[in-house]
Amino acid sequence: MSAGELLDLAAAVCLLLGALLSLAAGVGLVRFPDALSRLHAATKPQVLGLMFIVIAIALSARSLTVLLALVPVVVFQMLTAPIAAHMIGRAGYRTKNFRRELLAVDELEVAVEQASRDAQFTRLAKAVRDDEPDA
Amino acid sequence: MIVTLVYYAAGVVFTVAAILGVVQVVRGPSILDRVIGSDVLLTTLILVLGAEMVVNGHTQTIPIMVVLAATAAFSTVAVARYVSRQDHPEVEQ
Repeated sequence: MSAGELLDLAAAVCLLLGALLSLAAGVGLVRFPDALSRLHAATKPQVLGLMFIVIAIALSARSLTVLLALVPVVVFQMLTAPIAAHMIGRAGYRTKNFRRELLAVDELEVAVEQASRDAQFTRLAKAVRDDEPDA
Repeated sequence: MIVTLVYYAAGVVFTVAAILGVVQVVRGPSILDRVIGSDVLLTTLILVLGAEMVVNGHTQTIPIMVVLAATAAFSTVAVARYVSRQDHPEVEQ
């Protein structure tokens, strides 16, 4: 078995691993109970699966130019995937689109309560200040 | 021979993953679940574009992969920005 055949085999294995991660995301989407759990499953192939495929391309093309062209793919995906995941997580939490009984701890709840108390205090203080000239 | 078999296996696995993504888009139940499903579908599309280059031994679709990787998140952000409470009837308020 020559070195080229070995590299081709390694590329094929990387391809299969990326495909399996994609399948794991699909199965997680269908099986998991709420949006936040599904988000967890959906973000697996976005970075690791893409990296497997990019490694497979690099192993099968075996040229420096191709490798340099592949770097921005991973970089852009790593820049944008967390933004999408953050926005979905934020929307999912705010619309209460998750099962509270499945959570071990909800650290954000304390911060949200504090923020709403602060907003209420600010409103009250403003109302008192606005009333003063009349009194 | 083995390599060809692995290519076929990867193709079947990608197909199943894409079908599951479509199933999730149809099934919902909330708009967030659907947008996550479409996100997985798009990720699978990027991976399939890369896999096709490996199988056919060319590198012409790398620019498409770059553009998709850079812009895939925008649709998700745009939808997630406008999700409101009445979009998920089955969860208690």
